[in-house]
Amino acid sequence: MKKLEIRKNAYYDSVTLMIISKEVKKLPGVAEALVGMGTDLNRELAGRTGLDAEGFEEVTANDFFVAADCETEEVFSDVVAKVDEMLSKKAEKSKSDYFPPTLDGALKMEPDLNMAIISVPGRFAAEVAESCLDRDIHVMLFSDNVTIEEEKALKEYAASKELLMMGPDCGTAIINHVPLAFANVVRSGDIGLVCASGTGAQEVSSIIDQLGGGVSQLLGTGGRDLKAEIGGIMMKLSLDALARDDKTKVITLVSKPPADEVAKQMLKQAKDTGKPVVVCFIGGDPAEIEKYGLYAAVSLEDAAHKAVALSKGQKPEDFTSFAMGEEQAVELARAEAGRMAPGQKYVRGLYTGGTLCDEAMKMLIGKLGHIYSNIPLAPEDKLEDARNGKSVKDTFLDFGDDEFTVGRPHPMIDPSLRAERVIQEALDAETAVILADCVIGYGSHEDPAADLADAIRQAKGLAEKDGRYLSVVVTVCGTEGDPQGRRATQTKLEEAGALVLPSNAQAARFVQLIRNNR
Amino acid sequence: MSKVNELFDQKLAVVNFGIESFYQDQVKQNTQAVHVDWKPVAGGDKKIARCLKDLKRPELLEKITAANQEALKRILSAQPVLVGMSTAGEAIPDMTPTTILHAGPPVAWENMCGPVRGAVMGGLIYEGLAKDLKEAEELAASGKITFSPCHHHDAVGPMAGIVTYHMPVWHVVNKTYNTHAYCTMNEGLGKVLRFGACDQEVFDRLNRMEKEYYPVIKEALELHGEIDMKVMIAQALQMGDEGHNRNKAGTSLLLREIAQDIYNTHFSREQQEAAFKFLNDNDHTFLNLTMPSCKCTMDAIFDIPYSTVVATMCRNGTEFGVRVAGLGKDQWFTAQSEYIRGLYFPGFTEEDANRDVGDSCITETTGIGGFCMAASPAIVQFVGGQVQDAINYSSQMYEITVGEGTAYQIPVLDFRGSATGIDVMKVIETGIRPIINTGIAHKDYGVGQVGAGLVNPPEDCFKKAIEACAGAWGQA
Repeated sequence: MKKLEIRKNAYYDSVTLMIISKEVKKLPGVAEALVGMGTDLNRELAGRTGLDAEGFEEVTANDFFVAADCETEEVFSDVVAKVDEMLSKKAEKSKSDYFPPTLDGALKMEPDLNMAIISVPGRFAAEVAESCLDRDIHVMLFSDNVTIEEEKALKEYAASKELLMMGPDCGTAIINHVPLAFANVVRSGDIGLVCASGTGAQEVSSIIDQLGGGVSQLLGTGGRDLKAEIGGIMMKLSLDALARDDKTKVITLVSKPPADEVAKQMLKQAKDTGKPVVVCFIGGDPAEIEKYGLYAAVSLEDAAHKAVALSKGQKPEDFTSFAMGEEQAVELARAEAGRMAPGQKYVRGLYTGGTLCDEAMKMLIGKLGHIYSNIPLAPEDKLEDARNGKSVKDTFLDFGDDEFTVGRPHPMIDPSLRAERVIQEALDAETAVILADCVIGYGSHEDPAADLADAIRQAKGLAEKDGRYLSVVVTVCGTEGDPQGRRATQTKLEEAGALVLPSNAQAARFVQLIRNNR
Repeated sequence: MSKVNELFDQKLAVVNFGIESFYQDQVKQNTQAVHVDWKPVAGGDKKIARCLKDLKRPELLEKITAANQEALKRILSAQPVLVGMSTAGEAIPDMTPTTILHAGPPVAWENMCGPVRGAVMGGLIYEGLAKDLKEAEELAASGKITFSPCHHHDAVGPMAGIVTYHMPVWHVVNKTYNTHAYCTMNEGLGKVLRFGACDQEVFDRLNRMEKEYYPVIKEALELHGEIDMKVMIAQALQMGDEGHNRNKAGTSLLLREIAQDIYNTHFSREQQEAAFKFLNDNDHTFLNLTMPSCKCTMDAIFDIPYSTVVATMCRNGTEFGVRVAGLGKDQWFTAQSEYIRGLYFPGFTEEDANRDVGDSCITETTGIGGFCMAASPAIVQFVGGQVQDAINYSSQMYEITVGEGTAYQIPVLDFRGSATGIDVMKVIETGIRPIINTGIAHKDYGVGQVGAGLVNPPEDCFKKAIEACAGAWGQA
């Protein structure tokens, strides 16, 4: 039936009415509908669609009308109700930030931009970085898959303008006490760091914070800076800046052992700063460092200890012990090992931080002889298909390596794959101890301990059902000031049955104590 | 002091490209931060990205920047003035009794879309060159008719944009640069020639326009004298028009200006009334004045070497065409025009729509229309219903233009001048295409308008244009 309602001298905008017409037509039982002002066009439309029911001739341009071809009277009252509802509806305000599409647009909004964080796909990253350097904006380049030629060109360009070009593959920096990307909330202080490794930087800076020290600046260089092809361009520029920085009293360098020639130049430059410099070449030879009158660190943790000692005017000494005390650690390890079943022999290191994984392997390789890994210390210990395959004897996995990140976020953002592996390792009767890291801070998952704690609880339960005792040793990397909180993170893990050690080095040493007892 | 040490003494202000959570972390820490909605240049098309890079070499970029500033200066200093009316045959250059002008880039009869064909046939009947549709169709295909784009004859036409010899045209002159532009009178909504309708109703109206209304309006304008169109368009923008799809305010302003003059002409009261009513009953009367005003504004930027500013955007219902200031009037960059995302009149759906058609996006080319959507809350529902959406559309346009308008301003953006001077390089770099507010024609001739909505020029027009720029001035 054709129905019509006329409201004399009521005005509504024509676009509003077109939208309403469209919605009303969707109501059940409505064949055709037209809601509008009685303009010539609408009157013609009504005629053409056969909606000009009796009384339509009275509609004038100043009148509002609802016309519908509908099944029943009730349907028409639904139509009128819907029209009224939509006419009185006020849309909720959608006020979101404006994201400009280009750097130029960003500069219009904020002309004083001085630091860029870039994490676009690698093949586009160099171009984006270059455009920032063009505008005198310092760069932190998180993206990987940037060619070494591109890296060299970018760094040479940046150096010519005295700009920071941190990365590619640089995940951690703290500039003017602001953590960038994956970084921790560290007390401010007088220790300046230059780090070629992300989690290495997080470990050292977090332990500095725990020891009551503080950081002036933490500059990243990216993992390839000290290779011969790049020649440490950013390491040199950063050292130079920290040398000139009045707020920096102690300098700390963190890197894997660099190319010989680069190492020499760098150590010479470090010496020339005239400031005390702690150097941590993870697993490197301390003699070369000491030759230049610099302080060689034996671990990331030790680098933090030495830097804090120097900052406090104390004599730095090697820290190779346990915060809980050597004897207590030995006792605890013996107790852990004592509860295990006879077949439990091996360590399974499951890491989200690549440098932490590397450091633990280097500390344990002397004792274990072979450690199988996706990032092995010796080529023959390379695990094929680490993601889907089983662990072999003593196995360490870096979940942040390419193999595990294809098609998924970095494990520090999404730790679920590592959590699954914890359970998988618990099913292996040869697993004695699982060693894992839990990295908190900005950039990381909002509560990485939750996932890991659940997995640990399940893993321990599975082992127990099978008549075994699974030892789980975890190191938390981060500070109390981090959004997740160090203490809260530790508590969650301890409640799940993990032994939480205050540093990666202590965790590795503790695992060695357990292995000594197997 | 090195730049790094300077940084240590500054307040950190971060720009983030890529993973958005890195930006959110900065916001949580109350750091000054901007997130860039980054996309690869030209969608990752390396060849096009190379063209852009080539054009950005410092010595060339300097020339391009200077040329684009000159283009912007010319656009902003244009002074379009309505000087009067005449007929197409009298006024339009190279117009002959057998010439038919159409909207958009050049197109042959065989390739014309439904509504343009309908309008061509209607035009031939109106001119008395054919007596019915069948004869008109044969004549159109015979090769005896000269088809040419309005844009090649100092003219513009909305939708099909058909201009024939006897049609009355508005005459607008850009006084600063002495460029002239012509446009027919807007017929109104519904079944009209520009949407491809071609029946007796259409011819009757066209005849009344020529014989009854035109003489009155022409004389009224002579009595009134010149009308500054720039001022009038600027006022309309402050009264809720955006200058393309909503023309209610502009039409009102025009009538307020010339009403008295219409009644002071020597014609009969009845004829005066009819002319007045014709202008007044059609909200879109003013569109056909805005368009030539924009046309003579933009024609002044041709012949600026190295300018990458878009001088023309238009469509013939088959293809979208772009011309670039620095490459001259003879080079069209075309690609198949798109379908409009919009709202349909009752009884019509997407199935009925023709591809985007008409010269009316000369308004967006000049910085109004879609670029001023935020000025027209009355029509923002076309874009999703919220004023914020319109503001976002208008704000985004600043990313692809050389500068901002001085006369054409957007009240809701604190009277910010509208985004002006579309730069081909910026369109390629940002992946943001100009936004156009427009009407939707039925795909078959004879039906007319079926809706209205939003559309963009195809990306290929800009890709072809930047390749040509790089070819003309680059090294590669």
